[in-house]
Amino acid sequence: MSALEVDVGGRAGELAIDVALRAAETPLVVVGPNGAGKTSLLMMILGAATPRRGRITLGGATLFDDEQDVDVPLERRGVGFLPQRYALFPHLDALQNVAYGIVAPSRDERRARAMDALRELDVSSLAARRPAALSAGEAQRVALARTLARRPRALLLDEPLAALDVSVRRDVRRFLADGLRAWRLPTVIVTHDRDDAAAFDGDVLVMEHGKVVQRGRLAELERRPGTDFVRQLTSGRRALPPPAP
Amino acid sequence: MRASLSPAPARPGSRAALAARLWPVGLAVLSGGLLLLVALPLAGLFFTTSPRQLLAGLANPLVGPAVRVTLFTTTASLALVVACGTPLAWVIARRRTRAWRVLETALELPVVLPPAVAGVALLLAFGRRGLFGPALAAAGIGLPFTRAAVIVAESFVAAPFYLQAAVAAFRRLDPDLVLVARTLGASWSRVFFTVAIPLSRAGLAGGAAMSWARALGEFGATLMFAGNMEGRTQTLPLAIYAALESDLRTAQSLSIVLVAIAFALLVGVRAGARP
Amino acid sequence: MTAVVTRGVCAILLVLLLLGSAAAEPPRRELVIFEAASLKEPFARLARRFEAENAGVEVVTNAAGSQELRAQIEHGAAPDVFASADRRHMDALVTQGLVLSPSRFACNEPVLILRAGLAATIKSFADLPRAERIVVGAPEVPIGGYTLQILGKSAAKLGADFPRRVEAKIVSREPNVRQVLAKVVLGEADAAIVYRSDARAARGKVAVVEIPPELKVTAEYPIAALKAAPHPDLARRFIELVRSPAGLSELHEAGFVPCARP
Repeated sequence: MSALEVDVGGRAGELAIDVALRAAETPLVVVGPNGAGKTSLLMMILGAATPRRGRITLGGATLFDDEQDVDVPLERRGVGFLPQRYALFPHLDALQNVAYGIVAPSRDERRARAMDALRELDVSSLAARRPAALSAGEAQRVALARTLARRPRALLLDEPLAALDVSVRRDVRRFLADGLRAWRLPTVIVTHDRDDAAAFDGDVLVMEHGKVVQRGRLAELERRPGTDFVRQLTSGRRALPPPAP
Repeated sequence: MRASLSPAPARPGSRAALAARLWPVGLAVLSGGLLLLVALPLAGLFFTTSPRQLLAGLANPLVGPAVRVTLFTTTASLALVVACGTPLAWVIARRRTRAWRVLETALELPVVLPPAVAGVALLLAFGRRGLFGPALAAAGIGLPFTRAAVIVAESFVAAPFYLQAAVAAFRRLDPDLVLVARTLGASWSRVFFTVAIPLSRAGLAGGAAMSWARALGEFGATLMFAGNMEGRTQTLPLAIYAALESDLRTAQSLSIVLVAIAFALLVGVRAGARP
Repeated sequence: MTAVVTRGVCAILLVLLLLGSAAAEPPRRELVIFEAASLKEPFARLARRFEAENAGVEVVTNAAGSQELRAQIEHGAAPDVFASADRRHMDALVTQGLVLSPSRFACNEPVLILRAGLAATIKSFADLPRAERIVVGAPEVPIGGYTLQILGKSAAKLGADFPRRVEAKIVSREPNVRQVLAKVVLGEADAAIVYRSDARAARGKVAVVEIPPELKVTAEYPIAALKAAPHPDLARRFIELVRSPAGLSELHEAGFVPCARP
């Protein structure tokens, strides 16, 4: 399995960002308080923001390198992105949403492949529904189907569970954790929830003020919290503010 | 302040109770005031004439050519404004630098220019002695006093209404949708046509309607830049002004025609924009 | 508390605003003159003179198209004096009993004007068809009516097809004479027919060509006090000033001519 390797520095408004990370066999979970620069980091990896310096490689291919003057445009990076509220196109039905990113020689084939993608996530029955008629959990599956149908080489998930009701969160978390194991893609997940970090069973990277302040397995962080934020996160006191909508 | 924050029903006689009682009255007086200010002149236009007078006014030979010129030029100017204004609004909505803000403000200026000044400005740009007049003349184009000049004048004064609405509509677009479309491999042009425009349809249509309405009522800039020639550059507002010189009743009939056309167009555009 | 205070202040301001119009009585006597647009400059000078001669009087002038002023008077405007550029509008007000006996105080005659640089091409009225773009007044407005009369008469003197050759070059029929003038001043039109007073106002920017005497028509300017004039005595004195030698000399300066004996 290939790896996503990132080492970038740059600015996001007032914030100076400087982060190195690697995601391969297990998902990398990025946690941090609001304004730590987590979303800006995702934008740099996606190609929607340009780092001032650094290097991003995916499976050996260079996506960005300031020294070699490489900056692969966003639409050709092959990085799948699932934003916090999934961003399904409200004017298209589920099938059309999934078909949007599929490149195929004919319209019929696009639709067929979109249907396959929906089926893989058990939501083919929702094909004709508009996003407004989907629950948050259903919308997430359709959005995942849309992302995966493009056969991305890496996945970025921004707060994938934040839009969900607490009642369904546990099921979706398990579904997502299983899915990530099955899809075998280098994945970066931004979250604010300790239980997410635990369920995805990967390395945890803690960001504060644009920098990495601690990294390691969750158990390690719990044993030796490096900052107040980590202490609050791992103590389960849920002192974290909910993510900005 | 405590009273207004308190969830409990206000005590009779308290300030909150008084405010609660005065609120509907104030609401009615203030909103009613504006309603009357706008509605009464329109009512005056419609109800101080008799059907016979209206028909006599409509039989005026000015009416037919003026209606034709108006419909042709306003439709053409709407097409021009929408075709060029939509991409421009998209660019403006996505740029956040100071220079673009200044440009955005500058593009709103035709709204505050007195129409006659707008007409002079057009002459100073495209007239014989204007900035581009000699270049146009060399290409064999003489804009002033032509029907094309009417379209240019209408577009000049009407474009800001469309641009403002379109920029606002594009700014309301969820940036995640654009980003996701791009990660799904869509080029900027595909994002524009398949995401931005369909999702901003209501805002764009509203702007188009306002811009069309403004073009319909355009008078001063047209008179200055395109002159007043029956069947060629005389639009309904110009015909109304000409009729005012001789006969208020004819002018009134023409005004009713203009208002009726505007109303039908606005209703049509709004209905068509509903998803 | 602040919200209540703000609301109170707003209410007071609103009441003041409503009372304002009634309370703002002019401290001095205000003489209101409605005059045809072409009279704007000479009347402004006469107004200053009148104020100098009558302490405590302020003269407010409103220059606009005669037909607009007439419509305003018909709908209740109450100036003290109305000076019209054409008898038709004054006669209409007489018929409705809104003005006292009008009198003719000045005359104006149409002239041909050319944009700068054309004087060599168009030396006389007969050369008018040589212009590329001619602008005239709309038939509904006085200057347009006079233009039609001039062209009508020209057929006999300058050839039966002269009016048609001129008509072919007309690119616009403007709804007021100032618009006609502006088109030539700006250089968009080559030639136009306007009043001599307008040509005078644009001195240096347009060339003037006389219209042959046998084609000439004369515009008569009547002036009258309103029946409902708030200051009848001042209105009468202002009209006297306009008709005095001093007034006539101001009008002459502005391009108006003495009227021929009827």
